[in-house]
Amino acid sequence: MERPLKMVSNHLHFYYGDFEALHDISLEFSENKVTALIGPSGCGKSTYLRCMNRMNDLIAYSRMEGELLLDGEDIYAPSVDVVTIRSRVGMVLQKPNPFPKSIFENIAYGLKVNGVKDKSKIASKVEKSLIRAALWGEVKDRLHDSALGLSGGQQQRLCIARALAVEPEVLLMDEPCSALDPIATQKIEELIHQLKITYTIIIVTHNMQQAARVSDITAFFYMGKLIEVNYTNTLFTRPKLKQTEDYITGRFG
Amino acid sequence: MQTTRVETMVNFPPIDLTTKIEKIDQTKNRNSPPASSQMSRRQLIQKIVFFFFRGAAWVNGVALLIIIYFMVANGWRAITWTFLTQAPKDSMTKGGILPCIVGTLGLSLGAIIVAFPIGIASAIYLNEYARPGRILRLIRLGINNLAGVPSVVFGLFGLAFFCIYLKMGVSLLAGALTLGAMTLPVIIGASEEALKAVPDTYREASLGLGATKLQTIFRVVLPTALPGILTGGILGISRAAGETAPIMFTAAVFFSPRMPSSVFDEIMALPYHIYVLATAGTEIEATRPLQYGTALVLIALVLGLNLAAILWRARLRKRMQ
Repeated sequence: MERPLKMVSNHLHFYYGDFEALHDISLEFSENKVTALIGPSGCGKSTYLRCMNRMNDLIAYSRMEGELLLDGEDIYAPSVDVVTIRSRVGMVLQKPNPFPKSIFENIAYGLKVNGVKDKSKIASKVEKSLIRAALWGEVKDRLHDSALGLSGGQQQRLCIARALAVEPEVLLMDEPCSALDPIATQKIEELIHQLKITYTIIIVTHNMQQAARVSDITAFFYMGKLIEVNYTNTLFTRPKLKQTEDYITGRFG
Repeated sequence: MQTTRVETMVNFPPIDLTTKIEKIDQTKNRNSPPASSQMSRRQLIQKIVFFFFRGAAWVNGVALLIIIYFMVANGWRAITWTFLTQAPKDSMTKGGILPCIVGTLGLSLGAIIVAFPIGIASAIYLNEYARPGRILRLIRLGINNLAGVPSVVFGLFGLAFFCIYLKMGVSLLAGALTLGAMTLPVIIGASEEALKAVPDTYREASLGLGATKLQTIFRVVLPTALPGILTGGILGISRAAGETAPIMFTAAVFFSPRMPSSVFDEIMALPYHIYVLATAGTEIEATRPLQYGTALVLIALVLGLNLAAILWRARLRKRMQ
């Protein structure tokens, strides 16, 4: 069961101004595993996720303390190029956010900004990414139509394909299914099962069943603290703490 | 008398809620028209207020129509092929206004070339890069006050700075720079609004894919904001194109025997031509039709520019969807 650690956070604190949104989070993410972050709204799980590709850098008056390692290297070290980190750690947001461009251009975007110029290489990467995101069959005849014409579920898979195109090592997903219907949700969940063969996936979800279905490891956050982390099966069947049990059985949150 | 009327207007008589709900239910059930006098009173007030709102909105359209009608009715006779393609003759009592049309188009184009890059770049800095703080507030204060500076002051500034200090003389260049400076706040405002309307999720998605901030701005943010920037900017320019005060000291002359051949030439311009014919011409009454004709051409030019901006925006938007 032991796999190399892809990402590690050591005593991570995060502040919005004076407000401490994350308190002393130490957590390890094994390679090719799906880790689910669960907890009630405002518990800090999304903030934590956004620390991992330094998206929180964009927020004025915020700061982080502690360490966040990717392959043993601190991604907040001054020498590290944030742009490189973000191409190694991909992200899919809660609401599908395709660019107002064609389906093709949406996926080619990440390649182009990272300096890929060869047209045939881009075309084959676009196809591969769409196939991996289980969207190719539905869009192959209209690659040059606007991405905004796709359904919500298709848009979300497009966003996943877009993230996959730049070949990240870690994929962060922030409630990727919360804006989708059950059928689209099922497709995304099947996709996650496929993707973990290649990627390390960290998913934030409000849906306990989803966490149970897709993840290997589950971490329960509450009020900016990491309360309990364990193998998903264990956490959902034999939680160690009363707080965790109350949350997963729906007694609060 | 006065007071009682006001009182009844303000203080509604007490309403018994339960009976009212019953009444509404009844009217619903029986499908009969609402009979309650209290209900109709509220609806009456609503109708009156909405009537005024609608009227206020209509005033805009009507005002434009009246202006256009007035110009067309008085000026259409002056519009001939000769009028549009020849220079003024006989102390400007005959002939056409081609140099003025060329001059105004030149000024507008020049103002666009000056103001768009600076305006858009400033808006990008203010909206995408600048950290909130004292300097940002100061710059914003400056922009807002620039927008409030009267156009004649811009004219005098242009004369002092561009024409005299920078030795450009009375020229197309000095006029375009002055108009450009005058339009800057409008373009910055329009660009900032358009940039603000770009969802942050686009920026996050782009940065999340390993794009730099500059790539994000040029490949995602600007293309999305472009329709708004262009429309706002062109509306600003077309406003400036009709201005007289900023160009009367800096670019336009009473009469020029030849067409401008370089940006350092002095020019004739439509708004200034109207002003000259109407106030300082040799025969003010006799040239009335020419004045109206010139005004009609100016208004057509400005509306044409606006229409082009709107059509362009529609096309860009369509391409994005």
